[in-house]
Formats: sequence, structure tokens, C-alpha cells
Amino acid sequence: MAKTEFKGKLIAVEGVDGSGKSTQIQLLRRWLESQRLKVFFSQWNSSELVKSATSKGKKKELLTPTTFSLIHATDFADRYDRQLAPMLKAGYIVLCDRYVFTAYVRDTVRGCDPDWVHELYSFAVKPDLTFLFKADLEVSLGRILSGRPELKFFEAGMDLHLAPTREESFKIFQGRMLEKYVEMKDEFGFTVIDANGSIEKQQSEVRKLVASQLDLSRFALPK
Amino acid sequence: MKTRKKSVKKLIGKRSLTRKVVGQKLSRDREKYASYTNIQLLTETERKFYGAGIPGVDVNTLKGKLIVVEGADGSGRSTQIAKLVDWLEGSGHATVQVGLKRSTLVSEELQLAKNSNRLSHRTMSLFYATDFADQLENVILPALRAGRMVLADRYIYTLMARDLVRGMNPEWVKNLYGIALEPDAVFYLNVSTEKLIERNFLKSHSLDYWESGMDLGLSQDWFESFSKFQQLMMEKYRELQKVYHFTIVDANHSVEVVHAILKKEVQKLLSNKKTTHN
Repeated sequence: MAKTEFKGKLIAVEGVDGSGKSTQIQLLRRWLESQRLKVFFSQWNSSELVKSATSKGKKKELLTPTTFSLIHATDFADRYDRQLAPMLKAGYIVLCDRYVFTAYVRDTVRGCDPDWVHELYSFAVKPDLTFLFKADLEVSLGRILSGRPELKFFEAGMDLHLAPTREESFKIFQGRMLEKYVEMKDEFGFTVIDANGSIEKQQSEVRKLVASQLDLSRFALPK
Repeated sequence: MKTRKKSVKKLIGKRSLTRKVVGQKLSRDREKYASYTNIQLLTETERKFYGAGIPGVDVNTLKGKLIVVEGADGSGRSTQIAKLVDWLEGSGHATVQVGLKRSTLVSEELQLAKNSNRLSHRTMSLFYATDFADQLENVILPALRAGRMVLADRYIYTLMARDLVRGMNPEWVKNLYGIALEPDAVFYLNVSTEKLIERNFLKSHSLDYWESGMDLGLSQDWFESFSKFQQLMMEKYRELQKVYHFTIVDANHSVEVVHAILKKEVQKLLSNKKTTHN
């Protein structure tokens, strides 16, 4: 990963689908913004120009492991060069709902060469804080299905033909990703949060850690 | 680089030849060539990707040939490819053509992105790589598996040269295109800058923004920028030539002369392998 010193701070959340990480980073964002701090939030796979291609690819199931990987790297590069890096230079607290680690685990579970994937994202700086939300797969599955009737094709890893039903496939696919996340936890210094617990308990843990590692007063918005 | 050359040498030593019968799987829309069955073609079994490659692909099942024609806009690539296709299909080989920016996945978005001119070099680079990967997996590899001749109107070398001219890290670029399959032949149509300008004006009476490298701020003058950019591209092609060993073809000659050269080279590729083996 790139070693650049920025005035700002980068906080990323990672975890499998349904681990509750998006809820947690939204609550963190609320809390930071309520203190009138300079905060910028960015989500995986959200660059406008690239998104239409990604959603077309997903809808028509056109994506292979390699193009899946490359299109997400394109999306990330666009956000990194035009938003994340400039915001970090400008001294913002940048919050990322998923970061390059998502690509590391997803793409390699799909069979891409790990060195190839790592080099692809080598321009990205290491976050100052990375939270890994670790929940049991049953819990994750339950969270997703309480919000909508069915699992999505790619989120269930149906392109990998692991199991005939989406639920079974989800458990195998997301299970492999969770393993990979845990494997790289020390190398990249993830802070692991027990994501089986209540939303409130997790959030208070997250806020405590952020407050202890960042001098928040440095990020105050000009009056 | 040194280790690469060594491995190439080793490979040549190991190369074995097998007899393949093509012509039985000619495309349905080419039925008029159906009488050309049982055409004998020698193929090498030793194939490889440049680097990481595409997961799950067994290169030994890729029986067809991949022929790449590279060169700047105005170097005569499409004319030469059209002539090669006529000749190859006339002699009973099923062909498939690919080029840059033709993928179903991202070609539209790529065009939009180019027109908006607000993406970073890295993003553009990855967009093009996605487009390339999509065609590699959905067109090139299946066609080669079916024993067809694939003619590529530009391949990774143009993309790499552009990335390098725009200042991207060479190691990063090399890794990115490690997904690509090593072609059976790469012809680089070399044309002087003056001739390129002449041909571009004859064709459209204007210069293309990107082919003139206007995003690089080399000059406010389009004509001057075009010359400078093409010069830089040629330098990068020359560097890449040392690593990827293309055949450089002097394309300042007439269409017919260039075609004759290419035809001869492709013929060699199709039939001459026995002698190198012995």
C-alpha cells in the first residue's frame, strides 16, 4: 500500500454483507458531523460514471472475476483520485464504507491472483483505522433477508456455482470472505468488532476508539 | 527483463507441435467456406499469459491463432486487417475481429467518460483495461477455443504506451496487463509522423483530441501537440518492443506492399513451424 502522509485521517469499515458495517459508519458519521467536524463519506462502488456499467454488468450477469475486479478498481480509482485523496490532503476525516480490503477478499475468493489484485490497488493509502465487523453468517443472512425478500446474485456468489440455492451459496461464499478478512487482520491492523452484539453497544465501542485515536478538535469546521 | 528472456528461451525448447484440423467449426454465417474442410494447420501447444492471466482458463485449449496489428491512427491498421480477413477467410480460416472500446460491458460508459474529460489517468487506464478484459474473456478466448483466427485491431501495447506516456507507474501497468494472453504474432505498423498527419487530414480533416494528447498540455497548438504526442508514443512503443518483441513493419509503403509483407509473415506462422521445431 502507498505510504503517504496526509493532513486528514482515513477510517474504513469492512465486513461481509449483512455484518452491519454500513449502519455503524452512518452512526459514526452522524456523531462526527454533530460535533461540526470536517467529514467526508464515500461508499464502495458509487462513482457515477462507472456505476452504470457495473449495474448493467450485474443485471445482465456479464461479469467475470477479472472484469468484476477491474470495474470495481475503476470505480475506486475515480473516487480515490477525485475525492478521497484531495479530501485527505485538505485535512478531512474521510469515512469509507468498504475499502481496498473488500477487493482483496472478494476478488481472490473469486479466483483472481492475490498479487495481481494487491498491485492493482497499490496506489491506495493504508487507513488510519480499519474496523472489521465480524458477525456469524446466520446473523448476517438474517439481517439481509429482514430488509428484502431475496439475496442478490453476486452477493450470494452465484457466479461461482458453489451451491444450487442462493442462501447456501451465500453462506459458503461469504464464509470464505470472512476467513480471508480474519487472515489479513494482523497484516493490515484491523480492529475487530463483535458484530453479533446490539447496534448501540458496537457504536459506543467504535466512537470510543475513534475518540481515543484521533484528536477530533483538529478537524473542527471553520466558524 | 532478464528472467523473462530466459523463460522465453526455455519455452521455445519445450515447444511441441500437434496437428489440428480446423475448418470443421467454421461459423454458421460463413457457410460458403464450408467446402474448405480438412485444412491442415500446425499449432503450438505451449501458450501463456503475460502474468496473472485469467482465472480458470486452460491455455492449452486455445487452439486458434491470435494476430495483433498495432500502430497509431492513420497507420493503416483497419485497411490491413480487412485485407488479411479477406485473404484468410478466402483460404478457409474462420476469423473474428476485436478492437479497443468495443466491449458490451463498458464501451458506452468509456465514451461518455472520454467526452466528459474529467477522469484521472488512472481511472481511464482501468476503464480501458476493463474493456480489454471483457473482450478477452467474451470474444478472444472463446474464439481461440473454437480454433478461429482472431485479428486484434490494437491490443494491450497501445494501452500500455498511452499509460506510460501519461506517467503511470511501469510496474503497475505491467501487472495490470498481466491478464493478457501472449499473441502468436504482433505487427507494429510504423509510419512517420508526417505521413500520419497527412493520412489523418485526408480522412477527417481534423485531429482527434486524445490522439493528439491534448489532455497532457504538451502544446496549445493541436498540430504541434499531435506531433509531440505521437513522438512520445513511438518512444514508448520502442521500449515495449524490446520486451514484447513485435515485428515492426515499415508502413510508409503502399497498401499492397504492406499487405504482401503481412501476408508473408502470417503464412509463416501458419505453416512454417515445423522447421523451427527441427
